[in-house]
Amino acid sequence: MNGEVAAITMAARPKVAAAAVKDAAITALVALGLFVPIVGLRTDVSSAGTLYLRERWGDVAILVVLAFAGRLGLLTWRGLRGEAKPATAARTALLARAGTFVAPLLLGLAVVLPFMPGTGRYELDLGILVLTYVMLGWGLNIVVGLAGLLDLGYVAFYAVGAYSYALLATTFGWSFWICLPLAGILAAFWGVLLGFPVLRLRGDYLAIVTLAFGEIIRVVLINWASLTGGPNGITGIPRPSFFGLPFSMSGEPDTFAGFFGIEPSPVHRVIFLYYLILILALLTNWVSIRLRRQPLGRAWEALREDEIACRALGINITNTKLTAFAIGAMFGGFAGAFFATRQGFISPESFTFIESAIILAIVVLGGMGSQIGIAIAALVMIGGFEVFRDLDEWRMLVFGGAMVLIMVVRPRGLVGSRTPTIALGARRAIGAEHVGEGRG
Amino acid sequence: MSAKGAADPMTAPILQAEGLTMRFGGLTAVDAVSFTAMQGDITAIIGPNGAGKTTMFNCITGFYRPTEGALRLMRDGAPVELQRLAGHRIARAGVARTFQNIRLFQGMTALENLLVAQHNTLMASTGFGIGALLGAPGYRRAEKLAIAKAVRWLEATGLIDRADDPAGALPYGQQRRLEIARAMCTDPVLLCLDEPAAGLNPRESEELATLLRAIRDGGCSILLIEHDMGVVMGISDRVVVLDHGRKIADGPPAEVRADAKVIAAYLGEGDDA
Repeated sequence: MNGEVAAITMAARPKVAAAAVKDAAITALVALGLFVPIVGLRTDVSSAGTLYLRERWGDVAILVVLAFAGRLGLLTWRGLRGEAKPATAARTALLARAGTFVAPLLLGLAVVLPFMPGTGRYELDLGILVLTYVMLGWGLNIVVGLAGLLDLGYVAFYAVGAYSYALLATTFGWSFWICLPLAGILAAFWGVLLGFPVLRLRGDYLAIVTLAFGEIIRVVLINWASLTGGPNGITGIPRPSFFGLPFSMSGEPDTFAGFFGIEPSPVHRVIFLYYLILILALLTNWVSIRLRRQPLGRAWEALREDEIACRALGINITNTKLTAFAIGAMFGGFAGAFFATRQGFISPESFTFIESAIILAIVVLGGMGSQIGIAIAALVMIGGFEVFRDLDEWRMLVFGGAMVLIMVVRPRGLVGSRTPTIALGARRAIGAEHVGEGRG
Repeated sequence: MSAKGAADPMTAPILQAEGLTMRFGGLTAVDAVSFTAMQGDITAIIGPNGAGKTTMFNCITGFYRPTEGALRLMRDGAPVELQRLAGHRIARAGVARTFQNIRLFQGMTALENLLVAQHNTLMASTGFGIGALLGAPGYRRAEKLAIAKAVRWLEATGLIDRADDPAGALPYGQQRRLEIARAMCTDPVLLCLDEPAAGLNPRESEELATLLRAIRDGGCSILLIEHDMGVVMGISDRVVVLDHGRKIADGPPAEVRADAKVIAAYLGEGDDA
């Protein structure tokens, strides 16, 4: 009704107002129905130790009035604003132009963060966490955003990478730089292993099987206690060294601080880890961007757009899908190895389904296929989640609300448009309305 | 309307179907159809709705595996048994196709669509992706060639001005032409078109006929399914008529048009009589 409201004459106005009030009243009624059992009634323990039913009708009334006023306000705002602007292409173009400044700015900020005044241990740890999720988001983006294969079990590859590093490093004592590529290769191998059975599946079915795969890996990690330590996890994972120079407090000449003649500080290791994950994330980004402009990347996107047409053009769909799974999984494995070396301890608890869901949410909120969108989404979701730590149990509510808001305002993610990989003239962003979402 | 396929002694067959049969459970969609498409010809398969045209087409292009019979593609004088190849290998053998309901990569530009079509040639030059990732000169050369070919086909189909527009944003007639250009970018010896004139206005149909003749004169044989007799008669060198999964006529357009069985099939008299 928002379109009509703008156009109505004064004579019709009371009628519309009445309709809005009626709409708001219905909303209030729904709110009443919901809040009476949820908020109105609560079981509490009395001072005598018995259970009793506490009634909170005042709170219910406040919430219902809020719902009524909110709905009425929303309708009024819509009415005053008039017709919603349909042109998304112009807006996306504007956003893309703004995006060209945002990306270098964010990168610059990320590089100088450790040396900015006011950056302490907490800020660096948060930065490492955000960058880990940026990297995971970019890795999953290859599978979900480019190839259009909905993967709900991405955390499995993260786990494979982490456990590969932990087991190789603790068993053989190999250095981080040897174990990192091995962890990536092993994760890629598991990516292919997952890829084979799910090649024929699409959409929802693919999502369910990948979800199950993620759980299988976790359950195996818990139960194969002789190898993985079961629920106790693996402790004493070697911390990374600066090309052979350990970060230690002793200040000996063969430590990082001693070699460079600086005051030993526990922050050195954190700064090193920060730059390590920054480099790993940028590597993921670089490979994704380069691959996208190549036949393989174009084939992934073509696969997302239309699988049957791909086959008619002689593209081997099996190989194309498997490479997407393998490369996506490889970056998950790298991130996992980094996670293990940073924590020094891993257990199956770190690789639950919620992790997969968060990574997928980052990719979807960021805009599938958009590198900068995913980086911003990771920053907002992981960083924002930490910033609102003081809100305690309300944090999840804010988090959920923010996600719903983004999806309402920008249904195709923060950056829903697609930049062509090649152009004869100027590259123009392609509006989200044309870009396929992939059917698995 | 040339009849050069029949008259020219130099022509050799490009595609031979022998006893091609396709059954879906109890239903026989294509029943022991044999025909030969000549090199350098435009061969049309026509027939009323449900005659088995699209099924036949899907067998030729590898989307179905025929229940019985053989499909032989003559490439450089050597026969290739199409019915034994996996779906994506058929395109590599030299058969390209378009779809009745256009299947472009809508979110990709016209140029990107044509580059995806050259995937196999481009992929061979990437050095397992590593060379291309690092920007090896071999890959850059291959990409330049691929773009040149794409530009050539964009010019041939009159789409060069829309090269950087998403395929989904093109008008219907241009999408049809882009799909043909995309198929041609795979370097086929046989181009299969599934109702290419469907939904086109008379002017666009005429442009399409010109384009198809140009493709044929460029050395690529064409096999097309068409519902609309008018378009077929204008451009085909040879017409194969199917009805209820069987071949009822086969010959030059003029001959087929006069065939009593064909007239009966199209007017719907044959069923009850």
